[in-house]
Amino acid sequence: MTLREVVRVVGAEVLTEDVDLDREVACAFGADLMSDVLALSRPGALLLTGLMQPQVVRTADMADMAAILLVRGKRPQRDTVALAQDIGMPLLWAKETMFTVAGRLYSAGLNGVELTR
Amino acid sequence: MSSSPGSVDTRSLLQDSDLTKAQELVYELVVRQVMTTPVVSVQPDQTMHELGEKLRAAGIAGAPVVEQGELIGIVSMNDLINALERGSRDDPVRQWMTIDILTVREDDSVIEAVKAFASRPVGRIPVVSAQGSLVGIVTGGDITRGLVRALDLDHRSDEVSHYRASHIFQDISSHDTSLTLRYTVSPRDFSHSGEASAKVKRALQRLGGRPEAVRRVAVACYEAEMNLVIHTDAGGEVLVEVRPDRVSITTTDAGPGISDIESALEAGFSTAPDWIRDLGFGAGMGLENIRRCSDEFSLRSEVGSGTKLVAVVYLGQGNRLGRAPRS
Ligand SMILES: Nc1ncnc2c1ncn2[C@@H]1O[C@H](COP(=O)(O)OP(=O)(O)O)[C@@H](O)[C@H]1O
Ligand SMILES: [Mg+2]
Repeated sequence: MTLREVVRVVGAEVLTEDVDLDREVACAFGADLMSDVLALSRPGALLLTGLMQPQVVRTADMADMAAILLVRGKRPQRDTVALAQDIGMPLLWAKETMFTVAGRLYSAGLNGVELTR
Repeated sequence: MSSSPGSVDTRSLLQDSDLTKAQELVYELVVRQVMTTPVVSVQPDQTMHELGEKLRAAGIAGAPVVEQGELIGIVSMNDLINALERGSRDDPVRQWMTIDILTVREDDSVIEAVKAFASRPVGRIPVVSAQGSLVGIVTGGDITRGLVRALDLDHRSDEVSHYRASHIFQDISSHDTSLTLRYTVSPRDFSHSGEASAKVKRALQRLGGRPEAVRRVAVACYEAEMNLVIHTDAGGEVLVEVRPDRVSITTTDAGPGISDIESALEAGFSTAPDWIRDLGFGAGMGLENIRRCSDEFSLRSEVGSGTKLVAVVYLGQGNRLGRAPRS
């Protein structure tokens, strides 16, 4: 699924500039625990999270994730957006909660990360 | 065969911490990247008159003299003028050429050519291969154009530096060459935490690491760095040693130390306070993550004196850092 479709399906706002909306996300992973993201996510996945700190961007970067979708409608900290912009990590923002956002994306055909362990 | 007249003290140049980009490039570019090829050459038995025709046709001011594939001299417009003044236009080139010639090797750094030009008032220097055969020629203009081109490329993208970094171990030979990256990590500084690991990741990418291996190093390093941020009294140090085939991550700190290492290594064990958990850390998965990402792992700790963690990631077959891929 492309970021453009993600944006359309969940009515997301794009917070960073110059995002390539044709970029594909292979699958999605939702978590508020950064170690879980580091341990279980896959390169190229979309990260869904309710955390708003810059560490979210660092974590997604270290784990080679394709983009971040912030959920629950809380506005992220300004330094979070700045860091994402700085390293070129697309940052999206959706109003609804994790469950609803994940459900919409899943129904639209985006799969979760398959656990291999 | 490489000439090294040594009239320029390269050490004093290098010590200047203020090296400009162009100065750096003089060291980083090799002669092959700036030289002109193919070379217009003449044979020793051609006449000076024929030489004149050849230089005029090619729009050049001098040419190497080659006999049976071997470089035996160099002859310039100056030699031609002298010969014509003496009315010796039918003399063979052999009589007027210079035989005591400077050469540079194609894999020499451009600085070698610059030094050669500084040592003698010559306009062009033949470039030879490792086997000594003539492969090109280099003039001051070639060097200037080469530098401008490289600067321009540098400006447009990261590619040149990527190229340079990706070859860093190539020409350096020792029994064990490594590149050391050292970072100081402050305790509870969440606005900068992860920066060291991000820099390590970029460095490995520039060195040509495969994404899968770079990711393992990045994740291990990040978890280890976060432990310094979260669990130490005074922060610590992240030391990353990069070798062509593996990357070692070492973190050290001066306390408080871990009282029960067995438990600490268990997935899910954490002593992190709630406010750390609110930041998405402190799930007790960090050490387990580091272990899973690395091929060698050790954790030593003493309460009151500190903790030392070492994680080594092997890069796997066919992925050697700092070397050009075989083409
Ligand atoms: N450098 C360190 N100094 C002191 N204690 C540490 C250090 N690193 C890890 N620990 C201890 O090991 C536990 C487990 O670490 P880890 O697996 O990374 O989980 P977490 O960081 O989420 O707590 C920590 O909660 C802490 O008690
Ligand atoms: Mg940890």
